[in-house]
Amino acid sequence: MQWECVIGLEVHLQLATQSKIFSGSPTTFGAAPNTQANAVDLAMPGMLPVLNEQAVCHAVKFGVGIGANVNKRSVFDRKNYFYPDLPKGYQISQFEAPIVGRGSFEVLMEDGSTRDIGITRAHLEEDAGKSLHEDFHGQSGIDLNRAGTPLLEIVSDPDIRNAAEAVAYLKALHRLVTYLGISDGNMAEGSMRCDVNISLRPEGSQTLGTRAEIKNVNSFRFVEKAIHHEFERQADILESGGKIVQETRLYDSDRDETRSMRSKEVANDYRYFPEPDLLPVVIDDAYIEAISDSLPELPREKRDRFSAHYGLSKYDANVLSDSRPLADYFESVATGCGDAKIAANWVQVELLGQLNRAETVIENCPVSAIDLAGLITRILDNSISGKIAKQVFEAMWQGEGSADEIIAAKGLQQVSDTGALETIVDEVLGANAGQVQQYLEADEAKRKKLVGFFVGQVMKLSKGQANPKIVNELLVKKLV
Amino acid sequence: MKIEQNEIEKIAELARIRISDSEIGQVTSRITEILQMVDALQAVDTRDIEPMANPLDATQHLRPDKVTESNRRDAFQAIAPSVENGLYLVPKVIE
Repeated sequence: MQWECVIGLEVHLQLATQSKIFSGSPTTFGAAPNTQANAVDLAMPGMLPVLNEQAVCHAVKFGVGIGANVNKRSVFDRKNYFYPDLPKGYQISQFEAPIVGRGSFEVLMEDGSTRDIGITRAHLEEDAGKSLHEDFHGQSGIDLNRAGTPLLEIVSDPDIRNAAEAVAYLKALHRLVTYLGISDGNMAEGSMRCDVNISLRPEGSQTLGTRAEIKNVNSFRFVEKAIHHEFERQADILESGGKIVQETRLYDSDRDETRSMRSKEVANDYRYFPEPDLLPVVIDDAYIEAISDSLPELPREKRDRFSAHYGLSKYDANVLSDSRPLADYFESVATGCGDAKIAANWVQVELLGQLNRAETVIENCPVSAIDLAGLITRILDNSISGKIAKQVFEAMWQGEGSADEIIAAKGLQQVSDTGALETIVDEVLGANAGQVQQYLEADEAKRKKLVGFFVGQVMKLSKGQANPKIVNELLVKKLV
Repeated sequence: MKIEQNEIEKIAELARIRISDSEIGQVTSRITEILQMVDALQAVDTRDIEPMANPLDATQHLRPDKVTESNRRDAFQAIAPSVENGLYLVPKVIE
């Protein structure tokens, strides 16, 4: 049987704040255990939560960014369960009245097509602490630094059909939230964690199958692998006549498998009720409007503007708008050299290539946008060839100076002087008398090929510095 | 409305409350009495009334995003039953 995969994603996004969602403890990553866990985070008796205004602001930004209905009145609830990394015995979350309602945003799929993926809701909640199970003489160690870190849980509609779409969705979401500046999006530090809800149904069916939830998948690659694995597992069960159990599973990246996480089904009974320690959160139209006015240009708008304004392909525009710093860099280069297409090509091929090889990011790029524009200007005014430019770029990357400085220091200026070039052309023709004879006897098509050969020899002799256009003209003139 | 003993057992487990076999009958009948009181409330027509999240007629105060707490780990860990390397130790939990 052909199975269709139905996937919905829940992303826990860590919001970029200085302090925790309900306390004044810092949220800095990597601090020594429990040095950022204070009375409220430890659930000391009598402590009361006070909501962080920045967390609310970030959530509203997200809502406005996906064109969602931002709820002017939202309510916090208690989600009750026992686990030692949750000292209160409940997580403060939002259940009935989340701050962000239904919205959607555009996802660029692998094949270049775009699709709007629906967002069911997004709500504010607090993160839990961390349990460490090794080396404590049969006990577990608890670090509560992360407890109380503000999260926005973003729930997608079950609109996703395969692993590639899931990854495309996550990449688009990552791009959106970093553009909005509401999260640092640092996957390695757990700023974006993902639960995958997945079920199968016969191709063409409209009813949803029983789903399994795969918890805490922390990288794009693992999301892809976990979905592939879970698809196979469920298909095997269904094809052998079995039934899928609704359960929570954990993806184990070391063994590339998912396994059942909660032994007791009762564990999932959270008994939500309104959090009596917090009042309803009320915001007004003016607040939402002010946030709406303050939003930066978003990925989709930027990409469309790059296409329309600079005449770039959708693919190129998408690559160049991957992050705000990269987009800004590209625009500076394009403006600086006056040719957006060449600028786009250089940024994508040479610059991103170098950044990849150096395993660094645009923010740490040793070549400034102005310097790169300066280099491209020298290609455009025929001072150097594209090939030499790559050599100059390499030297710029090594910190040897600006394009002009390097061209002068290394004597790389393109030779366009007809007299100087004639000498080289004569030398080449003299040394290849056989080919000259062939040329004179050849037809048009074969002649073209031979001219290519002569140009190549001249370029070689001039160490790539000859102006190929002038060399061509000289050759055609001389070969009669 | 009547609540069954097995439901009481389930709620007790979720709430981590141990109820002995000798007590459970009494607990069940007491909770049933409370639920009868709830039944009386259910008789009120609440069709056009929004659920109340909080009895106070006020809205949530927001706090500026500032770090106001300093590290007081030593003080907190002095009253913890068991700590090691800055971690709070608890009975082993692993699923």
